[in-house]
Amino acid sequence: MPEQKVVAPEFMFTEAAREEQFITGSEAVREAVRRANVDMAVSYPITPQSESMHLVGDIWAEGYIKDYYRGENEFAVMSAVAGAAMGGVRVFTATGGPGTMRALEMFPTWVGARLPIVCAFFTRGINSPLTIQPDTIEMAHLLDTGMIMLHAEDAQDLYDMILKAFIIAEQTEVHIPVGVFADGFFVTHTRDKVRVAPADIKLPPYKPYSAPVPVMDMENVPFRQMRDPFVMKSNYVSYAAHASWQQEVLAAAERARPFIRQYLGGLIEVENEQADVLVLAGGTAVCQSREAIAMAREEGIEAGLIKIKSLRPFPGEELRALTAKAKAVIVPEFNRVGWLSRELRNVVQNPDRVVAGPRVFGGMTMPPDLILSEIRRYARE
Amino acid sequence: MTKYRVLAGPEGYLPPAAACEGIRLPDVGWALIEGRHVPEQEALSAIVDKLLSAKRPFFFPGPNLLWEWKEGVAEKASALRKLADTAGARVIPMPDYRPKYPMINPAIEINPNHPNLTIWHNKIDVCVLAGVHCHYANVALKIIRGGTDCYTIAICGEAGHEDANITLRNAGIPQIEALTAMVAERRRLC
Repeated sequence: MPEQKVVAPEFMFTEAAREEQFITGSEAVREAVRRANVDMAVSYPITPQSESMHLVGDIWAEGYIKDYYRGENEFAVMSAVAGAAMGGVRVFTATGGPGTMRALEMFPTWVGARLPIVCAFFTRGINSPLTIQPDTIEMAHLLDTGMIMLHAEDAQDLYDMILKAFIIAEQTEVHIPVGVFADGFFVTHTRDKVRVAPADIKLPPYKPYSAPVPVMDMENVPFRQMRDPFVMKSNYVSYAAHASWQQEVLAAAERARPFIRQYLGGLIEVENEQADVLVLAGGTAVCQSREAIAMAREEGIEAGLIKIKSLRPFPGEELRALTAKAKAVIVPEFNRVGWLSRELRNVVQNPDRVVAGPRVFGGMTMPPDLILSEIRRYARE
Repeated sequence: MTKYRVLAGPEGYLPPAAACEGIRLPDVGWALIEGRHVPEQEALSAIVDKLLSAKRPFFFPGPNLLWEWKEGVAEKASALRKLADTAGARVIPMPDYRPKYPMINPAIEINPNHPNLTIWHNKIDVCVLAGVHCHYANVALKIIRGGTDCYTIAICGEAGHEDANITLRNAGIPQIEALTAMVAERRRLC
């Protein structure tokens, strides 16, 4: 196993000297996992995440990860990492698109079992006819699983968010899974400059005996929980227990807010927030929005940008305050349904100001001109 | 600033998680009394008041004190036992979290999935959870607050519990021994 020194997360994230590498998003995943002191990774290939977990396999071969194997399918992978996490080790996996959908049952299961799994989702289309192209629609299906959801704009975000996700997820009072989402192909398969910490340092190990649930040995007392379904009875007492359990999971996500602020600098990032017209976006739609806002500025039109980094917990209070005086909030998205604009409409005053688009899907790119057209229209109104 | 207060129940059919009502966990060195952030010392005094004014105080030590997961557990468990004895409280251990269906014996058992049964049966008016894994403690605390009038105290070795009426955080042997000394002193003066 390569020599790596354990350092405090704060040192890893802010103080350690960083080297700039010109790498793909998939390679950024590898570099994050290399420094994350991961015990176990399980993979199953699906485009566009295949290369990421292939590269994670490479660093297992180099000795950076204790155990690694290929599962039978995505459901099996997500079940396997659940078992590993219940056993008290730090685990990582990744999937995307139809793989996400195939494994869907396991995500609320992870949350309910309070498992601090970090999973990267590289999003793509999920519909028939089959497409492997970029699309963020799978995220709509995960919004109410209970997991924390972070959305990376680029490879740098992806690297940083994966490392920080372990620290956020493993806080005793949080201790629920974190999904780190990046737009497939646009981030995973393109090269970008990524500043990484030295490879000879790593995060502190996971502390399973500070978990809010016991480390589980399925065969021995005191915790044969899964063989004794705990509240699967038809009576009020059982319903009340299950309700309290679900509330506690919601509470755990609430408790993540200060840690997301501490490690990611906030649930959102804002530029030019005083502008009458704001653009709210997540993932690579942020990059396209930056371009559009720069083009608008050349025409003498001011627009602001809200980059959403955390979808769960959702920055409702922040967005209510930021958008209070805006004339319009434009929400460009890489999906058909416009789930982010729906989320925003639910929290802002006067939701008619939310412009649900432009939207592209099925693998289409989003020319900044589309966003610029909307900025022009609402700036002139 | 939230207006929600974590008061003794019965709060109703389905009380909310206090964290979702805006109650935040205390910082290190601080504690919560009914959702208010207070210095730890103030919370220690409030715990002593509650224990000594209770008619039927009970301690519910959980697996983190009953099973020797890590160093120091036995010493901490002994310290908690001394506190319970000094306060004149009874002890019902929570050795695991498996429900015992069709029915537990509420006179001698408690389970985080239906703690109200034990509290109702024993007419417990103040209870202290210690060494209960945080998830299970919160599950139990909401059920207790929803259906009973029992006043809940959490002596937590981790980050604390918004759903308890009083919670300490990072509580170890020093806090437990301080409580024991305070209880003994108050008893001596009475």
